[in-house]
Amino acid sequence: MYSEKVLEHFKNPRNVGVIEDADGIGEAGNPRCGDMMTIYIKVKDDVIEDIKFQTFGCAAAIATSSMMTELVKGKKIEEALKISKKDIADALGGLPPIKMHCSLLAEDALRKAIEDYLKKKNK
Amino acid sequence: MRKVYLDNNATTPLHPEVRETMIEFLNENFGNPSSIHWAGREAKKALEDAREKVAKLINAEPSEIVFTGSGTEANNMAIKGIVFQNLERKGHIITSSVEHPSVLNTCKYLQKKGFEVTYLPVDSYGMLDPEDLKKSIKKNTILISIMMVNNEIGNIYPVRELASIAKENNIPFHCDAVQALGKIEVDVKELQVDLLSISAHKVYAPKGVGALYIRKGLKIEPLITGGHQEKNRRGGTENMIGIVGFGKACEIAKREMKEVAERVKRLRDKLEKGIMERIPDVKLNGHPEKRVPTTLNVSFLYVEGESILLNLDMEGIAASSGSACTSGTLEPSHVLTAMGIPHEIAHGSVRFSLGRDTTEEDIDYVLEVLPPIIQRLRSYSPLYNKAKREK
Repeated sequence: MYSEKVLEHFKNPRNVGVIEDADGIGEAGNPRCGDMMTIYIKVKDDVIEDIKFQTFGCAAAIATSSMMTELVKGKKIEEALKISKKDIADALGGLPPIKMHCSLLAEDALRKAIEDYLKKKNK
Repeated sequence: MRKVYLDNNATTPLHPEVRETMIEFLNENFGNPSSIHWAGREAKKALEDAREKVAKLINAEPSEIVFTGSGTEANNMAIKGIVFQNLERKGHIITSSVEHPSVLNTCKYLQKKGFEVTYLPVDSYGMLDPEDLKKSIKKNTILISIMMVNNEIGNIYPVRELASIAKENNIPFHCDAVQALGKIEVDVKELQVDLLSISAHKVYAPKGVGALYIRKGLKIEPLITGGHQEKNRRGGTENMIGIVGFGKACEIAKREMKEVAERVKRLRDKLEKGIMERIPDVKLNGHPEKRVPTTLNVSFLYVEGESILLNLDMEGIAASSGSACTSGTLEPSHVLTAMGIPHEIAHGSVRFSLGRDTTEEDIDYVLEVLPPIIQRLRSYSPLYNKAKREK
């Protein structure tokens, strides 16, 4: 049901954890619905220098979180904002149709973390 | 890799003696039991032998057993068979909120067709209150359908008491006993039920066969019309190979049930105790005592069921979950939500269902492999992180 890549990221997720002095934090999903994601970013000169995630959810939710952090790390904010749920799913070799909402969750949480960062910066 | 199968409520492996019987039958017997010649007579004899064995296990008469294609078909046949007798009078049906989908969705279908349905609630242990049944009976109640054992949590329901309430009110009572057969005693005379569904593949026989017990004298509409098979109650040439296997499995169950139940209960209790001792924040789902000896349903707080199952599968362990992610919907188990269990906890549920082949080594292996899986998944979980900080 899952691609090799999904299973690989599920088994060994990249960038799991918390950044205590994060510049932006984004949260998406709801534990009631079975998946929830928190993203932490550290930004320097408009570049996402570090990113960490914590996810409660199924294999697809964990794998999409992991892949998203890989795609975003080291990218400029404006480039990161261009990454779509489809890019994340494609990078994982596709997702079962019923699991596509998991990749939306990753996109959502990232956008919220960036918004949070921009809001703090412009204060 | 070690393979451990703890999903016996989903299906069971063939009993070696059942396999033997089926192979022997395949080699020798091919006739249509409806034919009058020697080939037909041989098949007919095998069919009636199997019927007798199935009947014996549930203390019924052979003529009260109708073979079907599955437990689901038996449930459909019982419910529709009663209510379709009078299509003009769209009566009232009582069932419970924790039934198998084959009962629940049949009732929902009938609701769409204009029938009235009451779904009895359960308490936080998943138990039914017979008082609720008494209160729900109306003048136009035409059928009560309540399961004997719950497939997800293993609870045993007081069928005798519920059926006697139905009897006092002259309402036919159907019982889905698919998960009870072979695990606990099922005696239709003692239970006083009118209709009772069972399935072969839950008792170490093949898939594709079920049976419906119809109490002598009770008339029901056939679900499948056709030839005169099964005394005009179920058309279609019988699935002989499956039925022969089912008969053998029932014969074995009668002989082995008590011994298997005792052995399995000890292993299930060991698994339950071992999990509770090794892993913090685990919640038992279901009634601690009024439960079949094969089933353990637990929720691991702060983690999601599918990710637990997949990790267990990578270690060779087969189990199941009430998480939405494994059901193909966005809703977690209807049984757990009916018990009032919050969705986020229902999503973290795992069902281990043991069987006659489960060994001590299997349980030791699960207890060795499971704690680090939960620990690792919790280390990814923002919910766990939050709970830890709040502590």
